[in-house]
Amino acid sequence: MHNHEFFLNALIYLGAAVVSVPIAKKLGLGSVLGYLLAGIIIGPFVLRLVGNEADEVMHFAEFGVVLMLFIIGLELEPRLLWKMRRSIFGLGGLQVLITAGLITAIALLLNFQLNRAMAIGLILALSSTAIVLQTLSEKGLMRNIAGRSAFSVLLFQDMAVIPILALIPIIATLGAPADLSDTALNNIGEVAQMPGWLQLLIIIGAITAMVIIGRFAARHIFRLVAETGLHEVFVALALLMVIGIALGMDAIGLSPALGTFIAGVVLADSEYRHELETTIDPFKGLLLGLFFISVGASINFNLLIEDPWIIVLFVLLLIFVKFVVLLILGRMFRLKKGFEFLFAFLLAQASEFAFVLISFSKQNKLFDDETSGMLLLVVTLSMAVSPLLLIFNDKAVSPILARWHNKLEYDEIEEEENPVILAGFGRFGLTVGRILLANGFKVTILDNNPSNVETLRKYGFKLYFGDITRPTMLEKAGIEKARLLILSMAEHENALKVAETVRKKYPHVKILARARDIFHVFEYLNLNISKVQRETFHSAAELSNTALVELGFSKYEAYRATRTFKHHEDQVTEELYRHWLEDQGKFIQETRRFEEQVKETLQAEKNYSIHDSDCAWDVDSLKDEAKKQS
Amino acid sequence: MILFAHPAYHKSRINKTLINAIKDLDGVTINNLYEKYPDFFIDIPVEQELLAEHDIIIWQHPFYWYSAPALVKEWMDLVLQHGFAYGTQGRALEGKWALSSISTGGRKEVYCTEGKNHYTINEFLAPFHQSVNLCRMQYLPPFVVHGSHTLAQDQLKTCAANYRSLILLLRDSKINPAIFENIEYINEIIKQDA
Repeated sequence: MHNHEFFLNALIYLGAAVVSVPIAKKLGLGSVLGYLLAGIIIGPFVLRLVGNEADEVMHFAEFGVVLMLFIIGLELEPRLLWKMRRSIFGLGGLQVLITAGLITAIALLLNFQLNRAMAIGLILALSSTAIVLQTLSEKGLMRNIAGRSAFSVLLFQDMAVIPILALIPIIATLGAPADLSDTALNNIGEVAQMPGWLQLLIIIGAITAMVIIGRFAARHIFRLVAETGLHEVFVALALLMVIGIALGMDAIGLSPALGTFIAGVVLADSEYRHELETTIDPFKGLLLGLFFISVGASINFNLLIEDPWIIVLFVLLLIFVKFVVLLILGRMFRLKKGFEFLFAFLLAQASEFAFVLISFSKQNKLFDDETSGMLLLVVTLSMAVSPLLLIFNDKAVSPILARWHNKLEYDEIEEEENPVILAGFGRFGLTVGRILLANGFKVTILDNNPSNVETLRKYGFKLYFGDITRPTMLEKAGIEKARLLILSMAEHENALKVAETVRKKYPHVKILARARDIFHVFEYLNLNISKVQRETFHSAAELSNTALVELGFSKYEAYRATRTFKHHEDQVTEELYRHWLEDQGKFIQETRRFEEQVKETLQAEKNYSIHDSDCAWDVDSLKDEAKKQS
Repeated sequence: MILFAHPAYHKSRINKTLINAIKDLDGVTINNLYEKYPDFFIDIPVEQELLAEHDIIIWQHPFYWYSAPALVKEWMDLVLQHGFAYGTQGRALEGKWALSSISTGGRKEVYCTEGKNHYTINEFLAPFHQSVNLCRMQYLPPFVVHGSHTLAQDQLKTCAANYRSLILLLRDSKINPAIFENIEYINEIIKQDA
């Protein structure tokens, strides 16, 4: 019967995830919000499919956070981590201290006792690793400067959990006298009861051991297992390792997440890194999802219904305080141009560690049922709101900021009257610009990425930070006197808009453009602009040329084959364009059309023998004729 | 059709002047090969179609290493296909006229057995002559501009005018082919006319 219940639960959780996450993603809400909503729906206040065991599930699913940090560790080289030390300790440290201080002060104003206020401050200062990192990787923000800063802060917070766990029992004895013997210290392992220096020694010893094992022994073990050829054994080993580390870290009072993170970093340059990552990743994803669902399911709507305004007020206050502190610190640590807002919105929620810390405090008799219930609800709601905050940032704050920054900080362009205007000086435009400059042409270069502009200036390029889509910018760049406008920017839609404007207002200017794909080429053809290059076509063709050589073609043969393909592609493009024009009126789904046209292209390919054109040098017909005559 | 080949057209003096002298003429197509095929990737069907449309083919180019620039040879290799230009089935060019129009640095005197270059221009052009024969076309004597480095501006002007007259005569079929048998360079026809 127990089994039956287990599978039933699995059915409910998985079902909820499968239904709600795709919907949430479709609506642009992100997977985290999808999971949370799923949790709320199956939870005790809507469908009542799951009840109190949601808490247990949550504890189990917290392991997803551990796995996630392991994977993040795998992706971070130690060198990079070292480079981040300033933001980890500076930014992270200040964030925890200041936020904890402010929240403590507010709690004091709300008539909490000092020790309780301090505990609340410390607990709520942390942000949710699970939500933030999931969001970062989903949105591809891990390499973004705001994302990196957020990650640094989270890393520091993970470390801070250890001293906070140690502090809570001490704080508990500060105000109201508490019976230490009765505290829950036992629950967090024997090491925590040892004197501080010994604890530190054990922790350092454990980490050193982990580094040494990871560096020297791990690869042999992995190889042994990998050689068996049994993938599931490798999976078992990977899980075994992570679970082992987690338990070990737990035993010595270190956060399991932090421990596995370090293990991940140690293994980051091992040859099994990629395999470990792909092995662990599905477990991580599922458990995290489960975790978010259980958070959603555990929201106590009774409390919310009883005192809705107070709770909402607290949630808003919490987010506001965290946001302001983060925003100011972000500024101090050189986050500019909207990145500070992204950073602050990312981290403005409370942490899943809060669940652990709150119940731990409750065990230490620091909080009564009412306080801890309310805190849990505030934490949960702040987590639930946090994806919405990011949507708010994307849709409202960052466009406004972008406009505002544009007004203030675009460069003034000197009147140069260069014959060429090059818009976009990134990966694509750089090559274009260098070739033109090397041939002695004067080029007015614009780019809308400030850090790119800054870097390239160091290399001696003269370029302006500016947004070509603004008409005044076009004028200032000297479009009236220009002969050529080269649209090499990555923002294809914007490029099209610029092309359209210039076509209308400055018909004498020739437009050359970088196109994303064939449809983008068609859009340009619609504007009667045919001097367009697909951004990846030629490099792909060159690489396939190399492939043909590797496969045994002579170099010239490969060159001819590739060149013929390009020629053929040019002709097919024209043909496809006509098809596309005819089809455009009818409504066919974009993907479908694409599919059809790819098929058409391939069909055309089959009908065209690449070497037909090469019969000049070795002609069968000539040989036949010669044979006949002799 | 002028099959024009000059890999450094921007530096050219003689050929540019010659081309400019004839480019406005109706019924004359200037097929600028280096402009069309900078990477030597010749569109064979297009070139064969052009050949089919024209009655007289002129290879116009500077005389490099006693022959044509490389792209002209590539053009011949690829476009004059077996079965199209020659062979039992290849009769697309039958009866058309073909000639070379070249400019050389050396004066005429060096192009003879006793001169520095040991051979005459016509001897050097033997591959063109025989290729034309193989394609069942009529080979005409070449139009030659000698001493291209030292040619004075007014001499060049005369040259260009002569070239224009020649092209017009060819275009309008005003030349009796019998005359070709007795002349070394086709330039002589114009001089006789003038």
